[in-house]
Amino acid sequence: MKNEQHILLEMNHLCKNFRIRSKKLFGKTQTLHALQDVSLKVYEGETLGIIGESGCGKSTLGKCIVGLHEPTEGEIAYNGKVISSPKENHFADVRRDIQMIFQDPYSSLNPRKTCLKSIEEPMLIHKFSLDARQREEEVRKMMKEVGLDEQHVYRYPHEFSGGQRQRINIARALVMNPRVIVCDEPVSALDVSIQAQVLNLFNRIQKDFHLTYIFISHDLSVIKYISDRIAIMYLGQVVELCNAQDIYVNPLHPYTQALLSAIPPSSPFEKKKPIELTGDVPSPIGEMTGCPLAGRCSKCMERCRKEKPELKPYEGNHQVACFLYGEQEREER
Amino acid sequence: MSEPILKVDNLKTYFFLASGTAKAVDGVSFTLDKGETLGIVGESGSGKSVTAKSIIRLLEAVGRIVDGSILFEGKDVLKMDNKELMDYRGRDASMIFQDPMTSLDPVFKIGYQMVENMRAHQDISREEAKKTCIQALRAVGIPQPEVRFDSYAFELSGGMCQRVIIAMALCSGAKLIIADEPTTALDVTVQAQVLKLLKQLQEQNDMALLLITHNLGVVWEMCDKVMVMYAGKNVEYTTTGRLYEKPLHPYTWGLLDSMPSLSLDSKEELKTIKGTPPDLRLTGTCCNFYNRCPYVKPICRQCVPEQVEVEPGHFVSCHFQTKEKRLTRGEVNPYEE
Repeated sequence: MKNEQHILLEMNHLCKNFRIRSKKLFGKTQTLHALQDVSLKVYEGETLGIIGESGCGKSTLGKCIVGLHEPTEGEIAYNGKVISSPKENHFADVRRDIQMIFQDPYSSLNPRKTCLKSIEEPMLIHKFSLDARQREEEVRKMMKEVGLDEQHVYRYPHEFSGGQRQRINIARALVMNPRVIVCDEPVSALDVSIQAQVLNLFNRIQKDFHLTYIFISHDLSVIKYISDRIAIMYLGQVVELCNAQDIYVNPLHPYTQALLSAIPPSSPFEKKKPIELTGDVPSPIGEMTGCPLAGRCSKCMERCRKEKPELKPYEGNHQVACFLYGEQEREER
Repeated sequence: MSEPILKVDNLKTYFFLASGTAKAVDGVSFTLDKGETLGIVGESGSGKSVTAKSIIRLLEAVGRIVDGSILFEGKDVLKMDNKELMDYRGRDASMIFQDPMTSLDPVFKIGYQMVENMRAHQDISREEAKKTCIQALRAVGIPQPEVRFDSYAFELSGGMCQRVIIAMALCSGAKLIIADEPTTALDVTVQAQVLKLLKQLQEQNDMALLLITHNLGVVWEMCDKVMVMYAGKNVEYTTTGRLYEKPLHPYTWGLLDSMPSLSLDSKEELKTIKGTPPDLRLTGTCCNFYNRCPYVKPICRQCVPEQVEVEPGHFVSCHFQTKEKRLTRGEVNPYEE
C-alpha cells in the first residue's frame, strides 16, 4: 500500500450509547455502550474489513457512517468535512456518496415494489434530473452491471433468489454513483456457491466504479479475502487493526488469536493449537472498566482489569490495543 | 462390524404441494455406526434438514416418506406405532435444532423442561430426575447448574441454550444425536466451544452423531464420514479424509473451490458454481446438477446417474465417475456452451 493515500473517511473517538429504559416504572435508565472510542481512517479505494462477534458494535459503526445513527460523542469526517451531526447542510450530498448494503436480502427490499421501482427510488429521493425513461435505462444498465437479467426489471422481490436480491441491493446502491459503500454482512445470508459469486461481483464493481468498501462480516475467511485492511472489534472497541495478510500470519491481540483458533479447520488433517475463550461475550450494558476482554483472556494481568488499553501502533500498519504489546514496545526503547 | 445404529436405505421424502410434488429427499442411503459422526453438507434446499426430520419422523403434514426404509438398531422407524415412536424420539434419538432460543419453551423453566423430558421416558421420581439433570448441566459446562436449573430460556445466551439442549440429550441417554445446524446461529468462539463439547460427550458416551451443516470447516473438524447432498440427491458419500483429498463429484469440486481460503494469500477471483439450484418440483428426470456443471455432456440431460461405489467406501453419483470412466478436475469440456 502506498503511504500517502487520500483519507476519504475518518472516524475520531466515536462513541455511541443507547439508553435502555428499565422495565420497572421508576427504574434507572441504563446505558448500552455500543461503540467506545473508535478511531479509524479509511483510505480511498481500499476495502476496510470489520470483523467481530454479534453485539460487538460493527453494525452500529456502519450505521453511524451512513448517518442512520447519530454518534453520542466524537465525529466522522468525509473528505475533511464533518458529517456526523445532521446540522450540516451538505448532508444530502454525503448521503449520496455513502451507500449501504444490508445483511438480509429478504427484508431489505420492499415486497410491494418491483425491481425497477426499488432501484430507481434513490434517484427520485435525491431528485436526479432524469425522466422516467432515462431512469429506467439507468436501472437496466445497473442490472446488467450486477449480473441480473434486464428482462426481470418488472419482477417483484419474491420472484428472485437470495443471491439475486442481494444483486438488486447492490444495483440500488450503485445507481447513486457512490464513492463509499458500507456492506453490512452482505453475504452471510447466502449459500457458499452463491456467496462466491457475490464476492466476485463486489471485487469487480470495486475496480469498475473505483469504490471504497467498509465490509462488515463475522466470517474471517470472507473478510480476509475481500479486505485490504482488517479491524477486529470486540465489545464496541477496535482491538486490532492490521493488513489483511497479517491477521493470519501474525495475530497479536489475544482476542484475534482466539478468534482464529475458533475457526473450523480448512482441512481434516489440520491440527490447531487451542486458544479458547471461556464463557460468553459480556454485556455492553453499564459502566465498564479495564480491558473488555479481561474476563475471558488467559493472559489477563492485574492491570487489564483496571485500565483500558488504547489502540497503539506496533509495526508499520499494525495496531493493537493490548498491554502485552505496550510493555514490549517500552523494553525495545 | 456390529449392527449399525442407523441404517437409511433409499429414503424418499416428497412434499405434496398445490403447485406440484417437490422431491425434497430423493433416494438417500447411508449407515451410521456407534460412536461415529456423519456429516451431511449441502446448500439450503438440498434436503439436509428434511433427511433429519424424516429420520426422527417429524415431517410437516404435506411431507411424506414415499419410499425407502430407516432402521434404528434393526427396528423399522417407519413402522413404529405412536408408543414406540415416543420412546424412540426423546430417549433413543435426540435432535438438536438450529435455533437454540426457539427450541426451548419460553414459558417454562429449563429445569422443568428437562425433568419433564426425563420422566416421560423413564420411571423415576422428580428428585432423582433433578439430580441427573443438574449433573448433565454441569457436564455440559454450565456454571452454577443449581441456579440455572430454575432459569428461563430467555435468561440464557444462545450458546447456553444449546448446551441445555445437549444436556437434555445427555440425560435421556440418547444413542443417536441428530444435530441440525447446531452452531449456525452462534458466534465462532461459542461455536468452537459447543462443537468441542459435542465431540467430547460423544466420545464419553459412545453416541452416534448425525451432523447437518453447510460449513465444510465444521465437517473437517467433527466428522468421520461425510455425505454431500444436492437437490435432494446424495451426490457423494465417503470418509472425510477422502473427500478432502480426492473429491470426485463436480459439485463437490465447486463447493470446495468456492470457499475463500484463510491461509492462502490470494486476491484471485473465486471459482464459483454458476447458476442457482434447480426447482425441486422439476428434478428427477436427469442429473440435477446438469445446468450448473462445467463438465456437462448430452447424457447428463437424458438420464439420472446411478450411485456407484467407485472405490471401496466412496460412493459418487455422476455419469462420468464410475469404475471404468474417470473425469479429471479442470478438464476441458467440449460440450459446454
